[in-house]
Amino acid sequence: MQTFTHLKQMAVGTAVALGLFAGLAHAASTLNGAGATFPYPIYAKWAEAYKAKTGLGLNYQSIGSGGGIKQIKARTVDFGASDMPLEVKDLDAAGLMQFPMVMGGVVPVVNIKGVKAGEIKITGPVLADIYLGKITSWDDAALTKLNPQVKLPKEKITVVARADGSGTTFIFTHYLSQISGEFKDKVGNSTSVQWPTGVSGKGNEGVASYVQRLNGAIGYVEYAYALQNKMAYALMQNKDGHFVKPDSDTFQAAAAGADWKGTPGFRVLLTNQPGAKSWPITGATFILFYKKQNKPETAQQVLKFFDWAYHHGSKMAEQLDYVPMPASVVKLVEEAWKNEIKDGSGGSVWTDAMVQK
Amino acid sequence: MGNGRSHISDATLGRQRLMDRSFQAVTTAFAWFVLVILAGIIVSLFIGGWQALKAFGVGFLFSSDWNPVTERFGALVPIYGTLVSSFIALLIAVPIGFGIAVFLTEVAPYWLRRPIGTAVELLAAIPSIIYGMWGLFVFAPVMSQHVQPWLQTHFGDAPYIGALFQGAPLGIGMLPAGIILGIMIIPFITAIMRDVFLTTPKFLKESAYGVGATHWEVVWHVVLPYTRIGAVGGIFLGLGRALGETMAITFVIGNTHRLSPSLFEPGNSIASTLANEFTEAVGDMHTSALIALGLVLFMITFVVLALAKLLLLALESRKGTKT
Repeated sequence: MQTFTHLKQMAVGTAVALGLFAGLAHAASTLNGAGATFPYPIYAKWAEAYKAKTGLGLNYQSIGSGGGIKQIKARTVDFGASDMPLEVKDLDAAGLMQFPMVMGGVVPVVNIKGVKAGEIKITGPVLADIYLGKITSWDDAALTKLNPQVKLPKEKITVVARADGSGTTFIFTHYLSQISGEFKDKVGNSTSVQWPTGVSGKGNEGVASYVQRLNGAIGYVEYAYALQNKMAYALMQNKDGHFVKPDSDTFQAAAAGADWKGTPGFRVLLTNQPGAKSWPITGATFILFYKKQNKPETAQQVLKFFDWAYHHGSKMAEQLDYVPMPASVVKLVEEAWKNEIKDGSGGSVWTDAMVQK
Repeated sequence: MGNGRSHISDATLGRQRLMDRSFQAVTTAFAWFVLVILAGIIVSLFIGGWQALKAFGVGFLFSSDWNPVTERFGALVPIYGTLVSSFIALLIAVPIGFGIAVFLTEVAPYWLRRPIGTAVELLAAIPSIIYGMWGLFVFAPVMSQHVQPWLQTHFGDAPYIGALFQGAPLGIGMLPAGIILGIMIIPFITAIMRDVFLTTPKFLKESAYGVGATHWEVVWHVVLPYTRIGAVGGIFLGLGRALGETMAITFVIGNTHRLSPSLFEPGNSIASTLANEFTEAVGDMHTSALIALGLVLFMITFVVLALAKLLLLALESRKGTKT
């Protein structure tokens, strides 16, 4: 009998606790997002700082761009995130809008004995031929001609690519498809492609470790990975014919020249942009959001978070080697929020007054 | 005796009968639960993979294409990679596992048996991702600098098998993947072989030793015939594990959808293709092809286990006619 009463008490206690918990969860709802892995570190950092400031948490699951698109379409999350911008017709079909959140660059990295970061120059066509398996040795005339000052060894080039589908691959193959018609025909542009040569590693870290492990290897990784792993990146020739080094200046130069205003759905791809300082393999990562919001309060909270990240999160982004969106682009994005995102009765969810300057 | 029975009342009997029945029903339900899950997995894999299976037909199994851009998918490369890497693994793990088991049961001094046995079991407890990392960072350099060049100079020009050792010695590819897998399944094969070897009745072995048989003769003519079924079971358990291994393989196989006769070249296995591509597969056809690939792996494992069962049955019936 004694134990029975105990059980009863425990049950009541648990029920009360659960009730309280549910009440709390209702009051301070957590925002939910899912998608691209590339921006995960900065989204997590923003979420942490935002929670400390406002008490509102953000739960971002880095399940991959493909997963993010599926989750937002299934409406299981408040927003989706993708490294690959969707086509306007796909956005319209799903009732979604997209906007760029943060930028980064894709960087070719090499492992050649004696060659340090920034010492080797590569052009777009040469890079395409390497990834097509047409240039197979580091002492190929095409490479030695570009690099008279470097002693390139007679060593086989081992091409390293991404094994998993990724926005990095999307940006990289988008660039190579623009540069080389042959690459476009044989390989094409997507988040994952059938590579004609080489090995593939899982994730940026997989590519980075393969390149570091294999002598004579060349791979492509996000800028942050190249920097953090102190990898020997290559200088790339941009559209204007200049050889540039990957850093936030050259990424921002690429973004500055882009036509954000005239491109529907912000579907701007920043590869091979004009400009003397532009890094040719630059890209943005995108947020997917429903135009018609059934829960306008939650939608507003999400937008407030992104607005805060645009205006107050730049420093954090730079610390993690991401490139924040230029102010002019932020203005365009917030205008689009105002015009396109509606609640159930057709009113705007976002107003100019909400901008946290 | 009739007197003894009468003090159990009918009510008690009834209750016991009821309890017994419900106990039977519950345990039966649990057993069926497994079958229901199994059927559920097959059905959902089939539904998920239907789009790809319908589009490519039987050709799905024989095409080496895997192109997400043009949406042409075929399972040949991953199937080949899965089977070849597992075969290499068995080639390594069966003799070594057998050797260790014989050593532990027949040869080793008693004080050594327990520490080595425990060490082998610990090997089984290492998470597979650790094997993968070890494979990439420690084993692959040794392979590429020492083992593969040696193989190339000694066997590279040999007829027939020479083709297996062509290409750049990267230390990443089918051969390293198979070797890592082999190391991973050694403990499974060893543990089971040791346990079944221990079931050989002592008097059989003692008699053999008594008439002057050597260790080897005892193992080959007494222990193995007696424990054949268990030993084969251990090998198939190891094979089952090798077929489905994911993380360790992903690290060292090279993850490339290209068919090559050379064991030095990178390839792909079904499990690592799924691990790599599933999260980021955007197109419906790509997702469907991956699920169909999962179905293929399921079928391969199923066939392997069925073959094992048939083999065991055959062995058993032969044993029956012999004695």
